[in-house]
Amino acid sequence: MFGFELNWSYVLIVPLAAGTLLAVMFLQWWERRLLGWWQDRRGPNRVGWFGVLQGVADGIKFITKDDWVPPFGDRVFFVLAPVIVCASMLFVLGVIPFAPDFHIVDVNVALLWFLAMSSLAVYGVLLGGFASNNKYALLGSLRAAAQMVTYEVFMGLSVMGVVIHAGSFSLVDIVNAQADMWYVLPQFLGFVIFLIAGLAESHRLPFDLPEAEHELTAGFHTEYSGMKFALLMCGEYVAVIVTSCLIVLLFFGGWLVPSFLDFLPPLLWFGAKVLFFIHVFVLLRAAIPRPRYDQLMSLGWKILLPLTLLNLLITGAIVGLGAF
Amino acid sequence: MTTDLVLFWVPALVALIATLMVITRKNASRALIYLVVSLLAVAVIFFVLGAPFAAALEVVVYAGAIVVLFLFVVMMLNLGRSSVLRETRWLQPGMWAFPFILVFVLAIVMFNVFAGSGDETKGQEVGPKAVGAELFGPYLLAVELAGFLLLAALVGAYHLGRRYLEERREEAG
Repeated sequence: MFGFELNWSYVLIVPLAAGTLLAVMFLQWWERRLLGWWQDRRGPNRVGWFGVLQGVADGIKFITKDDWVPPFGDRVFFVLAPVIVCASMLFVLGVIPFAPDFHIVDVNVALLWFLAMSSLAVYGVLLGGFASNNKYALLGSLRAAAQMVTYEVFMGLSVMGVVIHAGSFSLVDIVNAQADMWYVLPQFLGFVIFLIAGLAESHRLPFDLPEAEHELTAGFHTEYSGMKFALLMCGEYVAVIVTSCLIVLLFFGGWLVPSFLDFLPPLLWFGAKVLFFIHVFVLLRAAIPRPRYDQLMSLGWKILLPLTLLNLLITGAIVGLGAF
Repeated sequence: MTTDLVLFWVPALVALIATLMVITRKNASRALIYLVVSLLAVAVIFFVLGAPFAAALEVVVYAGAIVVLFLFVVMMLNLGRSSVLRETRWLQPGMWAFPFILVFVLAIVMFNVFAGSGDETKGQEVGPKAVGAELFGPYLLAVELAGFLLLAALVGAYHLGRRYLEERREEAG
C-alpha cells in the first residue's frame, strides 16, 4: 500500500550518534590544541597524556554545574533549543554513506535531507535566543536566523551542480559517479561556495557573528550554562563533522581514491578525508578574523549568489551539451 | 501492513492535533512552533506515501524558510502580554460558530468526492527525477507562470525596500 518500509537496522543510528558525540569530546580538545599550536600558545595540556582527557574533565564540569533556566524567559523553548540544534545535525548522520554498503539508509533524497535538517537547525538558535529574553541573546539569534537563511539558499544551489553531473540526489550514487573524476575539478566554484556556506551554517569562526563575544557577550547562548551549553557546543561540532562529510562525499569522491592508493580500506580513506576537512575548518578559525555583519550579508547576496547561479547555468549548459 | 498503518496514522494524528493547537494558541510564537510540527508531520505522510521529494521540499521550503521568517518577524515585534490579551478577546467561544459552519459544508463536499472515487495510493515511489520531468513537461506553463509571479514579488519587495532606504537617507541629510 505504501512506498516506505521500516527496517530494524535503522536503530543503528543510536550507536552512531553516541559514537559521534564521543568523538566530539576528543575533537574539541584536539581543536584547542591545534589552535594553541597555530596561535603560538599552549592550549589544554594538563589532564592526562598531552591533555587527552580534557574532554572528560569538561564533561564532568558541565554535568555538575548549576543548570540554570532564566526565570524571566520562556522555559519550554529554552530547554527545547539545544535539543533541536544537536538532534537536527545528528539526524543527518543516518544518510551518510561511510564506505560501500556501510550506511544506515540510502534514500534517493539524501542530499535534500541534509539541507532540510540544516534548515531546521535554525529553529534551535532562533528559539534559544528568543527564550532567553535578553537583548544580547535576541540580537544574536536575529543575526543567526538571517545569516543561516541567507546561506542556506546558495548552500542548496551550490550542490546542484554536483546533482546535475551525477543525475541523482542519493549520496551513494553521487560518490559512485565520481569513479573517474572527483567533482572538485569540474565544480571547483561549487566546492568553494559550499565550504563558505557550510562555515556560515555551522556559525563558526570566522562567521560566528551570532555569538561574537566582543559585541554580544556570547550572542544567542548568553544565558546558557551546564549541559545545555554543552549540547549547543556539541551541535556546532557535529555540524562541522557533518559538513566535512558532505564536502568529502560531494566533491572529493567519498571513499574512492586513485587505484594506486587503495591498499587501505575505503572506510579509512573516508575518515582521513573527513579529518582533513575538519582541520581545514579549524585552520580557518585560527587564521581569519571576523568580517562585519553587513559585510557577511552583502558577500552572500551580492557575490556568492550570482556566482552560484552562474556556476549552475554553465554546468547545466556543459552537461546538457554532452561535453562531460 | 500494521507498520504501514502506524506510519500513516501517527503522523496524521500529530498533524491534526498540531494544527488545532496552531489556531487555538494565544501566543504567536507557540502557534508558529505548532505550525512547524504540523508541517513536519505532513512531510512524514508524504514520505510514507512514496513522495520523498515532496517531503524534503516541504521541510526545506515551508518549515525551513517560510515559517522561520514568520518567527523572525514575531521576534522582532516582541509581542508581549498585550497581544496575548487581545488574542484572548478574539478567541471567544462565540466566534468559532461561523468557521465551523464553513468547515461542515466543506466536509460534506469532501466526503462526497472521496466516497465516490475509491482511489488508493499505488505505493509507487515518485523520485526527484520523475517530479522534475513532470514539472518541465506537462506543467511547464504553470512553472513559468509561477516564475513570473515570484519575479513580480521580488521587484515589488525591492521597490518598497528602496523607498524606505531613500527616506532614511534624506532624513540623515
